[in-house]
Amino acid sequence: MSDMDEMDDGSGIVKKFMFLNRKAPHGTVYALEGLEVVLITAAFDQDVSMVFTDDGVFQLMKGIDSKGIEVKDFSKTYRALEGYDIEKLYVDQASLDARGLTEDDLIVDVTVLSVPEMANLMAEQDVVISF
Amino acid sequence: MLHIVNKSAAERSSLESCLRMATKGSAVLLIEDAVYAATNGNAAAAKIQAAAADLKIYALGPDLAARGMAGRVLDGVNVVDYGGFVDLVAEHSNCQSWL
Repeated sequence: MSDMDEMDDGSGIVKKFMFLNRKAPHGTVYALEGLEVVLITAAFDQDVSMVFTDDGVFQLMKGIDSKGIEVKDFSKTYRALEGYDIEKLYVDQASLDARGLTEDDLIVDVTVLSVPEMANLMAEQDVVISF
Repeated sequence: MLHIVNKSAAERSSLESCLRMATKGSAVLLIEDAVYAATNGNAAAAKIQAAAADLKIYALGPDLAARGMAGRVLDGVNVVDYGGFVDLVAEHSNCQSWL
């Protein structure tokens, strides 16, 4: 990350980026690709929020064991986000409810938002990138 | 007939179409993201449980485990491994994949 700091063009502009995750983890490659883009973005010192709605909340499930389908378990990477200064993780309450899940089922600490709160958070972003 | 569904019921209509067309005594195997529908508290769970009266419902164990859902499977749903998947295909005269 220090290499990237030296490459800073000096403009110092910080934008609010939201990464919106709406897909379950293994059925498509969106979840893994989205996570990799977030980690890249962290190198540019931007104001990053990660949001999980719809089937995207399944990305944060505890107890994932992907050996049987022979794919990488990237769920532990969400716990490393803090080390990249990505600490704003938001989950939609209604999406948890529709899947029989609670905050305790998730692998990381998150802020659970109501629909109006989520809508306001989206509205205040400079950039929203959807996966 | 064996029906195979692989997409989340929250995203696609394939599970609903399958349950509408499947005739009494048929088998439905849920794989990949379709396994979420067979877990406790999911919005699609009631449809699966209602369907289980007339159909045999199966879910692929490795796909449940890979999604952290192995301990949440609905009563009345049979969990099978890859060997069981092969057996289901062999036991039925035809199969339909709802892509």
